[in-house]
Amino acid sequence: MILGRVLGTVVSTVQHPYYRGRKQLLVGAVLPDGSLDGTRYILALDMVGAGVGETVLVEDEGNSARQILADPKAPVRSLIVAIVDEVDVPVPDRVA
Amino acid sequence: MRLGRVIGTLVATVKPDAMKGLKLLIVRPLTANLADDGEPFVATDASAQASSGDLVTWEAAREAALLHDPWFIPVDHAVVGIVDQHALENPEGTP
Repeated sequence: MILGRVLGTVVSTVQHPYYRGRKQLLVGAVLPDGSLDGTRYILALDMVGAGVGETVLVEDEGNSARQILADPKAPVRSLIVAIVDEVDVPVPDRVA
Repeated sequence: MRLGRVIGTLVATVKPDAMKGLKLLIVRPLTANLADDGEPFVATDASAQASSGDLVTWEAAREAALLHDPWFIPVDHAVVGIVDQHALENPEGTP
């Protein structure tokens, strides 16, 4: 799973039927201290009602996504599965 | 999924039977800020309508094949949809 922050939205009209009516959010990977990693991002379907600016947990693996969607043929790899309230890393060194 | 730009199309007559009828696109991967991010690749079109110049979303690996029906086909990248609107809260500093 990836710790990330919702940075923005992406809207498509013409797209695969499975994605119709499902919210897509653009998530940037963050380090445990909350700063943007600056290189990694992912477009994920929102399962939890997340909004821009929130810290979230992204499941970035297809079989996990299909379990959560309860559809063995879902053509989806990345899902926002949690909204993170708090991250606690007692030793800030060497966490990245 | 990630963002990409369709920079071209290609046609192949000789290809696996399971790929017959699939449109092939050349896609350049992009960063969240729509800057170039790596070398282009060839993807099938699961959105059915993408063409050169379109900003698109794409998926790789098994999920690319699952975008098609039948899904058990030898495809490793596919375009999911065409992006109408792309909004970042704070474009500076985003990946």
